[in-house]
Amino acid sequence: MSYLLKRLAFYLLTAWAAVTINFFVPRMIPGDPVQALITKQRGQMTSEAVRSLYVLFGLDKNESLASQYFSYLGQLLRGDLGMSFTFFPSPVSDVISDGLPWTVGLVGITTVIGFLLGTAAGAVVGWRRGTWADSLIPVTTFVSSIPYFWLGLVAIAVLTGPGSFFPASGAYEIGLVPNWDWQFIGSTVQHGLLPGFTILVSSVSGWILSMRNMMVTVSSDDYVTVAHAKGLPERRVMLAYAARNALLPNVSGFALALGFIVGGTLLVEIVFSYPGLGLQLFQAVGAKDYPLLQGIFLVITLSVLLANLLADVAYLALDPRTRREA
Amino acid sequence: MKDRILEVRGLDVDYGLGPDAVRAVRDVDLTLHRGEVLGLAGESGSGKSTLAYGMTRLLPPPGVVAGGEVIYHLDDGTTVDLLRMRDADLRRLRWAEIAIVFQGAINSLNPVQRISAQLMDVLKAHSAGSTPQSRQDRARELLSLVGIASDRLHSYPHQLSGGMRQRVMIAMALALEPRVVIMDEPTTALDVVVQRQILRTLVGLRERLGFSVVFITHDLSLLAEFSDRIAIMYAGQVVEEAVSADLYRTPLHPYSDGLLRSFPALKGPRRELSGIPGSPPDLRMMPSGCAFHPRCPRALDVCDEQVPVLGQSRDNRSVACWLHPVAVS
Amino acid sequence: MRTNAKALTGVIMLVVFVLLAVIGPWIAPFDPSMRSNALLQPPSSMHWFGTTHLGQDIFSQVLAGTRSVVFVGAVAGVVATVLSVLVGITAGYLSGTASEGLSALSNVFLVIPALPLIIIITSSLPETSNLTIALVIGLTSWAWNARVLRAQTLSLRRRDYVEAARANGESTWRIILFEILPNLYAVIASGFVGTVLFAVISEITLAFIGVSDAGGWNWGTVLYWAQSQQALAQGAWWWFVPAGLAIALLGTSLSLVNFGIDEYVNPRLRTRFSMRGVRMRVGFTPVLAKETS
Repeated sequence: MSYLLKRLAFYLLTAWAAVTINFFVPRMIPGDPVQALITKQRGQMTSEAVRSLYVLFGLDKNESLASQYFSYLGQLLRGDLGMSFTFFPSPVSDVISDGLPWTVGLVGITTVIGFLLGTAAGAVVGWRRGTWADSLIPVTTFVSSIPYFWLGLVAIAVLTGPGSFFPASGAYEIGLVPNWDWQFIGSTVQHGLLPGFTILVSSVSGWILSMRNMMVTVSSDDYVTVAHAKGLPERRVMLAYAARNALLPNVSGFALALGFIVGGTLLVEIVFSYPGLGLQLFQAVGAKDYPLLQGIFLVITLSVLLANLLADVAYLALDPRTRREA
Repeated sequence: MKDRILEVRGLDVDYGLGPDAVRAVRDVDLTLHRGEVLGLAGESGSGKSTLAYGMTRLLPPPGVVAGGEVIYHLDDGTTVDLLRMRDADLRRLRWAEIAIVFQGAINSLNPVQRISAQLMDVLKAHSAGSTPQSRQDRARELLSLVGIASDRLHSYPHQLSGGMRQRVMIAMALALEPRVVIMDEPTTALDVVVQRQILRTLVGLRERLGFSVVFITHDLSLLAEFSDRIAIMYAGQVVEEAVSADLYRTPLHPYSDGLLRSFPALKGPRRELSGIPGSPPDLRMMPSGCAFHPRCPRALDVCDEQVPVLGQSRDNRSVACWLHPVAVS
Repeated sequence: MRTNAKALTGVIMLVVFVLLAVIGPWIAPFDPSMRSNALLQPPSSMHWFGTTHLGQDIFSQVLAGTRSVVFVGAVAGVVATVLSVLVGITAGYLSGTASEGLSALSNVFLVIPALPLIIIITSSLPETSNLTIALVIGLTSWAWNARVLRAQTLSLRRRDYVEAARANGESTWRIILFEILPNLYAVIASGFVGTVLFAVISEITLAFIGVSDAGGWNWGTVLYWAQSQQALAQGAWWWFVPAGLAIALLGTSLSLVNFGIDEYVNPRLRTRFSMRGVRMRVGFTPVLAKETS
């Protein structure tokens, strides 16, 4: 278990680094715009809310940097991310907890499916090297060079419109109240299909390419030749010997790439007006809603860290060499 | 003369295709008899491993078999050509008739599967009727054959020492009681003590089970002790072939002599360790005449002009060298 | 030959883009910001890619926007590559706490989601220009290559000739510059190309959500206006298709170049698996049909 403990320590370090970045970045903002926004809404804000924004943005010049840092940490630990300007008077934490489930649902599910599909396809393409399967490579290269959000724009232009099954925006039909009845779930699935499909198409090609390259590399390893020499059925050589080993670097690659992928997928939400963190991020940038911006960054980072931890657990289960027998 | 079991005729193996192809094995003839240990020796790059993998069609890309025949004699007296079998037939023949112990057991075992799974999948693939229990019993039996406690059955490769991994590979090779076992430098990566232990195990097993062995190594003195006949390869060709005692006592080809002087003798006459000066030729730019002549201490004028052919010399030994001209028949 | 053809296609496409970046703004038929009365026109001989809701020429916008895209890609690529070489080789060559520390630092930067980080930094800057955007992207995206370079350096350091040089008492700088660095050129080049691709997509994404060089054009700003003016709802496909294709083409050319480098670095990828009608297979070496002789 020392492996997991080590990873855990690393994620704590990373979380601390993200929090610290989040402390310093707002201090680059020229004070006036934030001050102005606070002044504008001062009448409607409690003194407590004003105080917490002061802590977030270091507006209190009388405090030393160190004491600013500690009051900032203390405030974060209480879950106080300040007041959102755009969604006034909601605190940032409320705004984010509205958006987070949608993002986790859409981005989380499609990323995992994309990885699984791409890995499976890449295993086949890499194994069938020298056949028609090779011609997939230029296509996937082209597709993986397209930004996710642009593909979303094309999907909307081509597949939505009057009378189409696919809605062009939103996460569920306007007028429905979020709850766990079939009508709502059905509507959610219907709205999630097109953005989900967009993310899937964009992300799957990257996994095909990387798994294919791993298969090609692993296929000339000795144990694969041994498996052929043993006269094993082709399927078994491909799955239990080649693909099983090629999967390992692909899983660790998945963990490392999560930070990149999440950035791209968030943009799909903007295109589809999907009410997740990506759309909120877009609104926050447009309105210079710094508290919300900071909060979203923090929450996204922590989610990615958590996903990384899960990927580590998967890796642990897949690679016996990282398991330490007691 | 004993029964033949495996005959290689005129085998050519290339790396790559077309005009850029490197001819790594050229026109090699070899015969393996039942119950015999045939040693295949040469420096690295001499083509001995390429020959072994080429004739079993296990050579990875860009290797291609460019010509020749590999005749295998089945127990029922019929023969098959390994180079002209359908994939499914070749798969069935592999391991059941010809098994291989690869160089470097660290890379030969699948790192993410237990030893048990790797021993049992081959049993399952070749005997459809077997039960999981019978396969597991057989796997235990195989491990004890090579001196490994059966509680290691469910270990992963990384939990075993280098010597144990090589023993597992040997156990695996014997799983289907093959008639031929090809061993490619089976002990190279191991320390001397472990080497001796494993070779002793191998000798014992061979006497009990009676399989034939093609033993590939660059260590000629090891072969002299362990094999019945030895073929020496240089630059993709067999340059000398003899009963091992003869070759050890009086090597005819200067290259064989040089090889013998490259390793300390395990027993028998002490030789001055001088090695061979220079290095094997680039297969893309072979020297004219005898491929060995630029490095040969006893080269004649004819050596850089004409290629010597392998044939029976006057003293009834097979050698390709102008010092020992082919007997006129 | 086919390998080279792939990489060559990529290089040629890339040269065209760089050329357009240099001359694009000059050869653009219109001022990209100039309004006209031809509002939201589909492509025509006058406006090859059509016009915007303000009558701006989209062809000119895409053409003029190439410069910003190539500039940001190149600057960010150079900055990130220099950082990754410094951090990666140092971490790989040194040992102990310094190495562990640098490696942890690159892993931290790797795991923190890059795009959100870039977004909060750029939107907090007092002003955004192509240069500041390029610098922010460069400063935040060196970690992947640093990691790769560290691993490569670690394995190179154990090679005989490096050990020998060390035993001879050669200075660390000499060893790094003359023994290690030359072996890493391909890896560094591949990292550079990868970072350029990432930087281009990041810049365009930033512009798409409204963070861009004030007053300047790039492909992302074209898409930003298309999105915010409901180009989709109005059926104005010409507004967003050209910029997107330009991104995809530039991306493809960079990927093709990287394919060439990958195959150069990893010989297993280079082996041709089918030629002259013979398919190479692992486990079943092809046997050539006997030629009539």
